[in-house]
Amino acid sequence: MSIVSEAPLLEMREITKTFPGVRALDGVSFNLRAGELHALVGENGAGKSTLMKVLGGVYPHGTYGGEIFVDGKEHRFGGVREAEAAGIAVIFQELSLVREMSVGENIFLGREPRRFGIIRREELYSRAARLLENLHLAVDPHTPISELGIGQQQLVEIAKALSQEARILVLDEPTAALADAEVETLFRILTDLRARGVGMIYISHKLDEVFRMSDRITVLRDGRTVGTDETSELDERRVIARMVGREVGDIFPQADHQRGQVVFEARGVTVEDPNARDKLLVDRVSFAVRAGEVLGVAGLMGAGRSDLLMAIFGAHAGRMSGEVFIDGQTARIVRPSDAIRHGLGFVTEDRKRFGLVLDQTILNNMTLAGLNKLSGRFITDEDAEAVAGERAMSDLRVKANSTLTVAGTLSGGNQQKVVLAKWLLTNPRVLFLDEPTRGIDVGAKQEIYREINRLAREGLAIVLVSSELPEVLGLSDRVLVLHEGRVTGEFTRADATPEKVMACATGHAQERAA
Amino acid sequence: MSRLDNEPLINRPVATADVAPPSAVVEEATAGAPQVRIGRFQIPTASLRAYTMLFALVLIWLFFQWATIDERHPYGLFLGAVNFSKLLQQMAVTGVLATGMLMVIVAGQIDLSVGAVVGLAGGVAAMTQGYGLVPSLGAAILIGLLIGAVQGSLVAYANIPAFIVTLGGLLAWRGVILGLTKGATIPVELPVFKSLGRDFVAPVIGIALGVVAIAAIAWLSIRRNQARRRHNLAAAGAGVTALRIILPALLIIGFVLLMNSQGGVPVPVIVLLAVAIVGAFLTQRTTFGRYLYAIGGNPDAARLSGIGLRKHILAAFCVMGVVAGIASLLHTARVGSATPDAGNLMELDAIAACVIGGTSLMGGRGTVFGAVVGALIMASLDNGMSLLDVQSYIQNIVKGAVLVTAVGFDMLGRRRG
Repeated sequence: MSIVSEAPLLEMREITKTFPGVRALDGVSFNLRAGELHALVGENGAGKSTLMKVLGGVYPHGTYGGEIFVDGKEHRFGGVREAEAAGIAVIFQELSLVREMSVGENIFLGREPRRFGIIRREELYSRAARLLENLHLAVDPHTPISELGIGQQQLVEIAKALSQEARILVLDEPTAALADAEVETLFRILTDLRARGVGMIYISHKLDEVFRMSDRITVLRDGRTVGTDETSELDERRVIARMVGREVGDIFPQADHQRGQVVFEARGVTVEDPNARDKLLVDRVSFAVRAGEVLGVAGLMGAGRSDLLMAIFGAHAGRMSGEVFIDGQTARIVRPSDAIRHGLGFVTEDRKRFGLVLDQTILNNMTLAGLNKLSGRFITDEDAEAVAGERAMSDLRVKANSTLTVAGTLSGGNQQKVVLAKWLLTNPRVLFLDEPTRGIDVGAKQEIYREINRLAREGLAIVLVSSELPEVLGLSDRVLVLHEGRVTGEFTRADATPEKVMACATGHAQERAA
Repeated sequence: MSRLDNEPLINRPVATADVAPPSAVVEEATAGAPQVRIGRFQIPTASLRAYTMLFALVLIWLFFQWATIDERHPYGLFLGAVNFSKLLQQMAVTGVLATGMLMVIVAGQIDLSVGAVVGLAGGVAAMTQGYGLVPSLGAAILIGLLIGAVQGSLVAYANIPAFIVTLGGLLAWRGVILGLTKGATIPVELPVFKSLGRDFVAPVIGIALGVVAIAAIAWLSIRRNQARRRHNLAAAGAGVTALRIILPALLIIGFVLLMNSQGGVPVPVIVLLAVAIVGAFLTQRTTFGRYLYAIGGNPDAARLSGIGLRKHILAAFCVMGVVAGIASLLHTARVGSATPDAGNLMELDAIAACVIGGTSLMGGRGTVFGAVVGALIMASLDNGMSLLDVQSYIQNIVKGAVLVTAVGFDMLGRRRG
């Protein structure tokens, strides 16, 4: 099926990378042969992206431990340029193309063929045309990137990598944004590259693709290698077991929530991709939450979980259809202020972008969404704000000098508590929590967990989106699993096992419990 | 059902958070020095720049005082009652405009048209003097409001960048003035109108206003302490409270006495103080002000918190328009006539005043107090250099250098902090 030479093209030995408070990679070893497509799989946060950033020179030598060999020769990359010079090209999920420039200009950006400093446009475009032809890509190199679909852009990225004579190509979730036909084109090109001896590292959550395309599979978990095996010796079940094989410890304070009436219900929510009309980010998703209940929403990246919540909250750029009911009454939510008026709160995934005004004080951030409830309609009531702020500070144990501390100087965990406080001060009845513990340390995580349980006990209906399976399983009364925008599984707490949930999340199985 | 309209001013990628890469990166737990402590006093970082500028202002004053010493003025001329009164009158128009500009900039916008609006509104006021005082003054303010509403709507609802809308306004309104006045200069004839720019309030009234101000400060501080105690919040002790009342009181008394020795507090200065107090109240004590800071600081977070971006941006432009109308009256009255090129380049003075006073052009940061101090610094440089007979081309160079240096220091401090 492919030419696989035995001498490793790339070898990474005992790679260790730590961030303050977290060991992201813990002695990971990995190798890649020429002409091999080697899949790298694992849960979100397992360390895949970090490993590839080490390889691509994003984290320069000295900031990580371990050694990297290319063709048996040790390399110490000081930056992305040096890694590229060694023949390594990483294609990240966020494409790094300049939208206003043409395909050809993008391929040779920073390396334009020139004479006396003047760009030789004819040579640039003829070389670009040859590259594209090599990839069987029917795109005129003069076309601006902005006119290409996301799939073609991805292929241009690959052309760019090949123009640098890359021999090691890293593809990070290359099919996440592609339509089926585009996926086929991509796979044809990858097969072609394999025949030419290019080694590829393929990161994907989609196990069917992994099994179809890869020669070997390495599973990472919590920053360690769980195992590397020939794809032919593995099956999806075993890979899933390796991905999740971790004890759900007792860090989750067990709580029996008294469930009340259905407070919130969404029916047939569908969200279009604002960048591609024909692609659905969320496809006819329905769910209901009762007072005092925690509904976990599991799924891998790109499954549409955040899109679902954003759209319901009236904050999604894509067109949405479907119905939302609050206490059985239809609620028309066009913008976030409508959602807040209906008693919805939303702790977003990206707290720096959507959660906080970083320049402002803790107090101003906490009272931002509920200001008109705390104060008069126009003139603010400083004392009422101060009282509410002080109480939230101590309730949520925000660690800061005072409520007048600027939010941007806080640690991730404390920032998250401020965002949570902001929504609690709107007196919500339904709370959306999107990755509430992302990027915060273990201690703060536990405090957030305790808070989630407390809020559920007090009768809030909570929708919890998390990429960390133990978190979803440990906190939720019910679990909804999304895969590519659709509901592929629904479990009660008792039924939900990591294996079953992961099988649904990877599109491997469909399950609906009563 | 729910489609998010393109809100103005956000040139960021759309909300498909699911596609974002997982950040395994745990942010550093910064210890965080949110406030600067000087002795027992905590100064919020936000106002630090304004205090730095206050210090710079005092240095500038002392320098000019020293530089203007001669035989007839053994202690210097600059801070004498005569010149100080003139200095304040010179800064009034810029100070008023800077107050409005501050709100626009805090919301992440800009208004380049205010100079032209000052010219147009002043021209209209002068032309409508025949209908009486109130219609004439009202017309200027109404014109300002209308222009603010038009420009604000284009920015907020048609998503045209404020820079472009108001650059267009700068050209267009100047054209309207020329069309209306046919290039003629129209003298101000109504005595009350004229007095807005030149007269002084009677010394007795100055004293009365001073007393009212001191009483208001005392009452507000005491009431505030009571309210805080009622809510079980830490309230200031008696000593600090006394200091908080006595210090401003001394400043007010000194100021009124100094002005009264020269005929009284100038009317434009009273107008400036009134505008600045209203502006400070709007920005600090209302939901409107709070939302402006949030919108300028992080529009995405503001919108997700349920804040209507469009209406608040429109409102900021409307306030700016009214303020420009008021400024046009002061300016026209001071000059004594409406001229076609009145207000030229005033928008830049107002923006410079805001920036020198610690306002971030990126939005989200700045105070009215800082903007007024900034205007005072600009006016002091103008006035002081004129006293020293510095040639006007050098004055421009110095002012430009001061502007860039002020921001340079700020960036330096921010990087370290």
